[in-house]
Parts: sequence; structure tokens; C-alpha cells
Amino acid sequence: MNNLQHHGYQFDFEDELGSKMVMNVGPSHPSTHGTLRLVIELDGETILSTEPEIGFLHTGFEKLGEHHSYNQFITVTDRMNYISPLNNNIGFAIAVEDLLGIEIPKRAQIIRVIMAELSRIADHILCVGLQGMDLGAFSVFLWTFVEREKLYDIFEAVTGARLTTSYTRVGGLAFDVPDDFKERVDKVLKTIETCIAEIETMLTGNRIFIDRCQGIAVLSKQDAINYGVTGPMLRASGVSYDIRKIRPYSSYEDFEFLVPTETAGDSFARYLVRMEEMRQSVRIIKQALNNLPDGEINYFDKKKILPDKDLVYNNMEALIHHFKVVMPGDLHGIHPPVGEVYSSTEVPNGELGFHIVSDGKSSPYRLRVRPPSLINYQCFNEVSRGHLIADIPAILSTFNVIAGELDR
Amino acid sequence: MKNIIDSLAQKGGLLEGMSSDLLSILFIFVIAAILLGFISLFAGVTSIVERKIAGRMQSRIGPNKVWFRGFFQFLADGVKSFEKEDIVPDLADKPLFLIAPYIVFAGMFGTLVVLPFGSTLISADLNIGIVYLFAIASFNVIGILMAGWASNNKWSLIGGIRAVAQIVSYEIPTSLAALSVILLVGSLSMQSIIQSQGAMPWQWNLTNNPFTCVAFFILFITLLAEGNRVPFDIPEAESELVSGYNTEYSGLRFLLFFFAEWANIYVMSAIITTLFLGGWQSPWNMSIILFEHSIEITGVILFFAKSLVITFVIIWVRWTLPRLRVDQLMIACWKYFIPISLFNLLGILVWMVVFPKGSMTVSLVISLLLAMVFVYFLYKVIYVNLIRMKAEIGL
Repeated sequence: MNNLQHHGYQFDFEDELGSKMVMNVGPSHPSTHGTLRLVIELDGETILSTEPEIGFLHTGFEKLGEHHSYNQFITVTDRMNYISPLNNNIGFAIAVEDLLGIEIPKRAQIIRVIMAELSRIADHILCVGLQGMDLGAFSVFLWTFVEREKLYDIFEAVTGARLTTSYTRVGGLAFDVPDDFKERVDKVLKTIETCIAEIETMLTGNRIFIDRCQGIAVLSKQDAINYGVTGPMLRASGVSYDIRKIRPYSSYEDFEFLVPTETAGDSFARYLVRMEEMRQSVRIIKQALNNLPDGEINYFDKKKILPDKDLVYNNMEALIHHFKVVMPGDLHGIHPPVGEVYSSTEVPNGELGFHIVSDGKSSPYRLRVRPPSLINYQCFNEVSRGHLIADIPAILSTFNVIAGELDR
Repeated sequence: MKNIIDSLAQKGGLLEGMSSDLLSILFIFVIAAILLGFISLFAGVTSIVERKIAGRMQSRIGPNKVWFRGFFQFLADGVKSFEKEDIVPDLADKPLFLIAPYIVFAGMFGTLVVLPFGSTLISADLNIGIVYLFAIASFNVIGILMAGWASNNKWSLIGGIRAVAQIVSYEIPTSLAALSVILLVGSLSMQSIIQSQGAMPWQWNLTNNPFTCVAFFILFITLLAEGNRVPFDIPEAESELVSGYNTEYSGLRFLLFFFAEWANIYVMSAIITTLFLGGWQSPWNMSIILFEHSIEITGVILFFAKSLVITFVIIWVRWTLPRLRVDQLMIACWKYFIPISLFNLLGILVWMVVFPKGSMTVSLVISLLLAMVFVYFLYKVIYVNLIRMKAEIGL
């Protein structure tokens, strides 16, 4: 304990009976997915307070952004939320496109929607599985992993990588989708629908699961708004806030889908919201696949957008344009106008915002990320107080805290 | 057993002429060695079977490398554990830390004395069999608490405390559920309890009357809690308490904890089989002669088969359900299981007054109902699997 106080933890210890105890969850603990650390003050098994400590995965992504060109930074966004990298790729690309003031072709927009929703399913299905695993239902976790593998197969077929997808480029996409894309996605959607139904039978009606989740980590509507919580956590608290509806991007306004909300604001409500969102994502993907237009996947502007690789190898002008876009230095690269932009997209965890300040050079003057995990994580102490130590993993998994996103 | 010893003393070549006392001491060691061999093998095989079943349930393969399709993985794991360094933490309470796994093991091994394997195969048919069994089985609480305390680790301590609270609480409904059978049979001896039942399902204690049927389910659930199995495995809840009371253990001592846990599965299954499922009673009679004593082999096989079914259900439950929280566990025990089992006990008493000789009709009806539930369940399982398969194929 002296050691903890030495490191700056101040606990109010008036404990004549000696029943209080300080425990250290993490940075390496089975329930912390990633390297998180929680210092918990306990009375018996009851939590008096928790102090989350972040910084074990500090990477300096924002600082890297000031030294990378816009297209280079897309590879960095993969590493922020490594559960759903595609959403990050798309979020950043949209931010830069807003800065440039361009609108990409319809086909690219729809493909982005499909990939974003597939990625959202991959994230939610893992999160639900983890929630089950932290409560001891290990089988559900592995079932969800099977479905996630199938989704990752699609990502591999489309982007060439399972995890570090880096699929988007400023003004479009790196590649078009493969020919059998629709069949592949249709097949996976079917198994995902059965998997969701199986999770329902295993967890939703399970008395033990309900008992472990209902009334746990209740975040009231007002608190959720005050803390700036977004995503499924906010919607579970009864606020119907979804960027896809409120500020549609990438032609989300063309799709019919519902924003599921619950009023309870507890772990179980978050689970239900995630389950329903997966169904809505399936709905969006089905609409998108049926209305996938033909055409270009990149915005046409030789000075801003990378030319097709075939042209680069066979055409001199394209080669020059390629060099002009990718070469470092103040005279080369994409030159967005001087100014700043804040653009946000709805990623599985909530609102992912990119604030880019441009001084007209090839890399941003300042890049700031609004990570949903960090802001959602703030209320952890508030909601976990008074619960038992067994609830810590159950709460943490519904927050879906991604360490890579906490410490940019 | 006495006559076996006598016959050995009379004509067993090497042992001829030894005093009867010395021979019985020797005999005890031989029996203990046989039991140890049996339970070691059972624990090992159960561990690998559990992992295989878990693999099947979780869309993966499970261990499949060591020898026959990975079947001998448990031997490899055991040998590995022997080789590992036996680490004792610096600040641990050394004597307690070292002795704790053996106490847990002794608690498990002691129960085998009264567990019947066949109509004549039992180490000692004590006249207080069932009481001895529950008494010696709760011995492992001491070991777990010692392990949790002596490790000098906060996770271990919480695990140990949880284990004591849980096991001591669940002793009560377990004993009450067993008591309902004892009342019905009028004996504490394991063999008498089995002898009072018949071979057919409607002659078992399970279907004797509605109250024993309830007692069966109470006993099954509370035994899960006593054996620290999911959904009651909170003393070692791996996602909360790292590994609970055995966090600091390594090597052989760690192995002993797990050995005791898996061996406990057999003990649980055997208790349930004895009390409710007719034990070794078999409709056929086939005996083999061993040491000039006939052993009814069909009974042994049937007893083991019933135990294996229960073992499978225990494993199956483990990989299906989430675990309860510690306060919910206590609420389940004190608010539900104890009142229900007390009421149940009362029901049995009333039943015994109303139907002193039992009621065949009721037994048949209960058997039929249970069979119907089973068939409906099988139908559901197959039906759901068909839907799943259709989706996989893409129909």
C-alpha cells in the first residue's frame, strides 16, 4: 500500500476493523482485455472506488499523424481500435475528404457502408462473446469467434489483410471488391443470423446471465449525456443518438434501419442494444448489396488521388502523379486547403471523431482523435462503485474498452 | 472381505502362514493402491474427455496430438507437472502452503472408502456410510482455505474465503436432500440404499415419489456447488480471481488440486447414482469369479455407466452456463435450496405415512414424465442442429 501511495494513489483509509483492501487488477489480468490497470479499493468484496490507469499501450498515434502524410496515416488508424479497424479507416478517410471538400463516387460509398457494417458486426459479436466469457459462458465466446473468423475471411478477400486492413484511401478505396463478394457476404450473413439466434438462446433467456447483468453498472440518461458517452452505451441509457442517422455520411441516409435503444442503462441493456444493432447491420448490408452500383471507386482528381496501380506501371503521367501524391515534403502530397475540420463517424463503440488542422502541407499540422473508448471509460468509477469484485469483468466487457484507442 | 483374507492366508502361496492381522493391513494398502489407480485413471481420462467434449461444443478440435488422437494428453500433462519447479512464494506461510493440496486430496480420496462399485465391491460398507461420506468430503474446505490463506496473495485469499462460504453453506441442502432418501430407506449404509431400489427406472429412488424427484435435482445442483463446478465455480473464477485459491501453486501441488477436482466429479456421480439411480442393481445377472468370489459384473458396468452419464451432464453444464455471483450463490442456497429441501423432507414424511409401501402408479407416471422430457429435449437438440446445418450448407 505504501508503494501505491508512493505512486500517487490517495485513498481515504479510516479502517479500524482492517476490512478494507486495495487490489490491483491488471495490467496483466484475465479480465482486462488489453493492458489496462485498475486500482480497486475494496471493503470485503464490495468496491468502494476504482481508479482506472491508462497509458500501458501508449503509442503516440496523434503525434505520428503530424509526420505522416494523409494516406500514410490510414495504416496507423488500423492500430487504434484493433477490433474494428475498417471503421477507423473509413472514419479517417471521410475526415480528410471533408477537409478537401470532395464527394467520392457512389459505389465507393456503398462499399464503405458494407465494410463498416461487417466490421461493426465483427466488433459487436466479439463484445457480446466477451461479455459471456467474463461471466463464465466460455462456449458462447468461441462460437462468436467462429463467426468473426468468417468475417475476417471476407476482409482478407477484399483488403488483403485480416486485421491491418488499411482499406480506404483519401478519395476512395484501395481496391474494388472481388467478383464473388456478394455471394460470400450473403453466405456469411446467413450463418451470422443463426449465430445471433444461438447467442439469444444461450444468453438472453438465461436466468444466470440476466441476474449477472440486470441492474449492474447502471448509467442514467443524464449521467450518460454529462459524461459524453456515445455508442451502444448511450443508446442503452435511452438516448437515440447515432451519427449514421443524425449526421449521415457515406450515403447512410439511403438505407432503412432502426437505432435500437433501451432505457435501463445497465449491462443487460447494453447487451440487448448490441444484439439488435447486429441485426440492423445485417439489414443494412442486405440493402447495400442489392443496390451496389457499378462505376469508379475513386474520386477523379489527379492532383489529390492516387492513380490506379496499372496506370502507374504503364503510363508516364500516372507515374508522375503517383510520385507527386506519395512523396514527402512541403511541395508534394495532397494539399488540402488551410483550415480545420472535425468529422465524426459511428464506429461500434460510439462516436469516433477526427479533428484535423491543416496548414496546407502534405501532412496535418495537428491531428486529434476523439476515441469513443476513452470517453466511455471515464464513467467506470461512477458505475462500478458499490458492486462486487465479480462484477468488474462483467462491467468492463460491456464498455468494450480497447487499450489501443485509449492511449493514442 | 474377511473371508477373502482368510482364504488368502490359507492357500495363497507366498502369503501362506502370515498372521491375519498383518495380512489385513497389507490388504488395506492393496485396496488403497487399487482405488488410487482407479481414481487417477478416472481423473486423467475425465480431464481429456472434458477437453474433448468442450472442443466439440465450442466448434474446435481439442487436444489431438499426443498418441491416440490426443487421448494420452493427460499423461503428458501429468509428467510435465512433475517436472516443474515447486515454487513457494517468499511471503507464503510455508508449512500450510505445502500441506494444503494434500489435504484437499485426502478429502477426496477418503470418500472412496464407502463408494460402492458393485454388489460386493466396496472397501468398507460402513453402517454410517453416507454421513461419513459428507463428513470426509467437506474436509477439502480446510485444504482450500489453507491454500488461499497461506499463498499470501489477495486473489487467493478471496478465492479461499469464497470457497469456505460456499461449501459450508451448500452442505446443508446437500445433506437435507440425502436425508430424504435416508428416511425412505431407513439406513445410512450405501449398500442398503442401493439394495432398497430396483433395477428398473420406476424402481429407483428418483421416481419413487415426487419429493425424491425434487430431492434428486436439489442434490445434483448442490453437489455441483460443493465440487466447485460451473455455474458455482466462484472460488477459482478465472476471469475474476485470476485462478482463485490455486493462483500461486505450480507443479505437482497444482496438479493435485486439479486431480482432486476431476476425481470429485466421479465422487459426485457415484453419490447420485447410489442415492437415486439404483446403483449397481441390474436386470441381468452375469458374474465372474475372482479369488473364488463371484462378482456381479453387469452391476459394476451399469453403475459405472450411470456414473459416466452424470459425469457427462456435469461437464456439459460446465461448458454451457455462466457462473453466478457470490451473493447470488448465497441467496440461491439460503433462500431457495434450504427451504425447498426442508419442505421436501416434510413431504417425504407425509408421503411415507400416506403410502407406507410406496405407490407403483406414481413411480410409473414420474418415469413416463421424465422420459417424455428427455425425448422432447432430444427432439429439440436435433431440430436446432438441423437448422444450424442447413445454414452452414446454405440451403
